[in-house]
Amino acid sequence: MSRFLLPLGIFALLAVVLAIGIRHSPEKGVIASPLLGKPAPAFAVPNLSNPTGEVRSADLRGRWYLFNVWGTWCAGCREEHETLLQVHRAGVVPIIGLDWKDDDAQALDWLKQLGDPYQSVGTDHSGREAIEWGVYGAPETFLVNPQGIVVYKHIGALTPEAWTREILPRVSGRPAGTS
Amino acid sequence: MMRVARALMIVAAVAFVAARAFAVDPTELPDPALQARYLALTHELRCMQCQNESLADSPVGLAADLRREVRDQLLAGRSDDQIRAWMSARYGDFILFRPRYSLRNAWLWGAPGVLLLIGALVCWRVVRGRARLLPGDHEPLEEDGPN
Repeated sequence: MSRFLLPLGIFALLAVVLAIGIRHSPEKGVIASPLLGKPAPAFAVPNLSNPTGEVRSADLRGRWYLFNVWGTWCAGCREEHETLLQVHRAGVVPIIGLDWKDDDAQALDWLKQLGDPYQSVGTDHSGREAIEWGVYGAPETFLVNPQGIVVYKHIGALTPEAWTREILPRVSGRPAGTS
Repeated sequence: MMRVARALMIVAAVAFVAARAFAVDPTELPDPALQARYLALTHELRCMQCQNESLADSPVGLAADLRREVRDQLLAGRSDDQIRAWMSARYGDFILFRPRYSLRNAWLWGAPGVLLLIGALVCWRVVRGRARLLPGDHEPLEEDGPN
């Protein structure tokens, strides 16, 4: 009897380890950002609606903001647009957009047709700014706190669930579920 | 015979030129040493969009942007390690096809050694157990004889 105890114990241990691995494994294809808990990249990019002006991280110091990377060529961006408008209407945290490798005229058209949820939108024609943020596919949304630290990253289309469960509690300083 | 050989050579030459012209990445750096480092680096950095391709093999836009970064930083005189660190600061260690040793993945590097040790221990115990049986095997045989 006891000769089966050791293999059985090893099997049970392995099962527990694998179960934990499966439970805690992130969504397939989602890669944790090394930026989490670190200062957001400093940026100064051309303003989409005012090409002589800039959108600058220095102007955002001392407040929460969402940094949303999008483009008119990106299907997930259209999908999340309604959620962004809702977030904008909630008025809790401003959204700064980064129009990634896109055509300015098309982007302005998109905002005119679908509504503009952004406080301001910067443009990134070369893709250099997106690389600074470690963006590998739009849409991606970062939550930056008043100290300029990235506290949360959402990869893929932003959902109302992600907003109420992940973003709102962090901004308001209250755990999810309390109001 | 000569004609066939010549035709084959022409085909090979055309194929070689065409392969270079249609390669994903036609970048040529002025210095052969830099070019060699460029090729090595772009082959060991992952394309984050396609994930199982290297930067060198991937035709997607982000891979081209990251290759441009590698090229510009090489031309600016940065070392391979500086470029790797720059990449992983933005995209995480996942961008490195050749993982680095760190505290977080130490158990992964150590696991084969530990498993080997466990195997050796089991092997030693089994062999020692069998060896102890041997003399016991002989004695009964002599005693069980008919005379």
